[in-house]
Amino acid sequence: MLTKRIIPCLDIKNGRTVKGVNFVDLRDAGDPVELAAAYAEKGADELVFLDISATEEKRKTLAKLVLDVAEQLNIPFTVGGGISSVEDVDILLKNGADKVSINSSAVKNPDLINQLSDKFGSQCVVVAIDAKNIDGKWKVHLVGGKVPTNLDLFEWAKEVEQRGAGEILFTSMDHDGTKNGFANEALARLSEELNIPIIASGGAGNIQHFQDTFQKGKADAALAASVFHFKEIEILQLKKELKSAGIPMRV
Amino acid sequence: MKIVIIDYGAGNIQSIKFAIKRLGYEAVLSSNAEEIRNADKVIFPGVGEAGSAMRMLRSTGLDKVIPTLKQPVLGICLGMQLMCNYSEEGDTTGLGIFDADVKRFENSVKVPQIGWNQITNLDSHLFDHVENGEYVYLVHSYYVPECADEIARTEYGVNYSTALHRDNFYGVQFHPEKSSKTGEQILKNFLKLDLGS
Repeated sequence: MLTKRIIPCLDIKNGRTVKGVNFVDLRDAGDPVELAAAYAEKGADELVFLDISATEEKRKTLAKLVLDVAEQLNIPFTVGGGISSVEDVDILLKNGADKVSINSSAVKNPDLINQLSDKFGSQCVVVAIDAKNIDGKWKVHLVGGKVPTNLDLFEWAKEVEQRGAGEILFTSMDHDGTKNGFANEALARLSEELNIPIIASGGAGNIQHFQDTFQKGKADAALAASVFHFKEIEILQLKKELKSAGIPMRV
Repeated sequence: MKIVIIDYGAGNIQSIKFAIKRLGYEAVLSSNAEEIRNADKVIFPGVGEAGSAMRMLRSTGLDKVIPTLKQPVLGICLGMQLMCNYSEEGDTTGLGIFDADVKRFENSVKVPQIGWNQITNLDSHLFDHVENGEYVYLVHSYYVPECADEIARTEYGVNYSTALHRDNFYGVQFHPEKSSKTGEQILKNFLKLDLGS
């Protein structure tokens, strides 16, 4: 049976891992290659690297990091953060990334999704969507959640699927950093209305939250950062407990 | 041992190269027919779209080379699908090594299938030291229906052939290079294959 996936997310700045709380207040959480290998060893199903650096050297640093990670890692990984062209993606995939995640650039230039899925296949195109519930409407936000748009989460998600995205990584701005659980209602609606896998992100605080996002939120995968980086939740323990709760897990 | 990964512009070749390196071997990329023929083991990768991948193979003449290879050949993911007779993806004929037609998953399941699923009904030395029901990493929208060349099976809405074998040709739908220790064992088994055994 296809299992649900547990995905640690590593925020990368200038080649180092950091974790933003509510997308600000960065804390250093270690060397990405070492951390990646440790997570693979502990049973992570996949990893996401999100590059939040804004330097001109960014592309080169990220391409090098991807190569270093690919050399060590025996599980799949996704790279995101500021990717805006077919050329960006080409070098990252050539260096060993399995998937790329695009966010603001997809909103600004939706055709990029089509270009990427035509050239590289939809299986490697993850579209990340950050959204916030404003007066009962889920609105898509850009630039790490700072800039609101008029796009409706569900309409945008459907458009993204039609354009060839292979997966959606949905982060609820309302839940991210709170450790109060995932946005399960919105997640379940995404899963019902779309026919591609949905990755839940934002709000993981305890094991029950993961169980809820798979059972109530119908998520295909759950992503978290600080609970793993600061060892509040051990991945193996998490997966064992989820498995005994009846959720298909690779343990 | 000379290991060649066929380079025809498709696929996440770097990861396969690194996976082989972690096992202590060196693989070279090549699109040269003679170099491929002279290898001890050949890996035929592939990620992307079947129609355009077949066009690339035809334009380089590799579509004629691959079916005539005599050493162990391992097709991975799209590579395995291209070794079949036909694929619905891009409505293209394949290399005709495996007697199967590749189909798209029905929309009763999420497409693509992405993630870790089990391999069962294992029936090949490719799976030595691999337990029935172990997990491998898969990412695909098209699949090979159960067929006579099957050496492993996976269930995703339907039971399908997730690994194939005929003569010196092997194919796996999953990514051994991304399937943790199970994948490493399978790659190691492939590199150890001796056609006499």
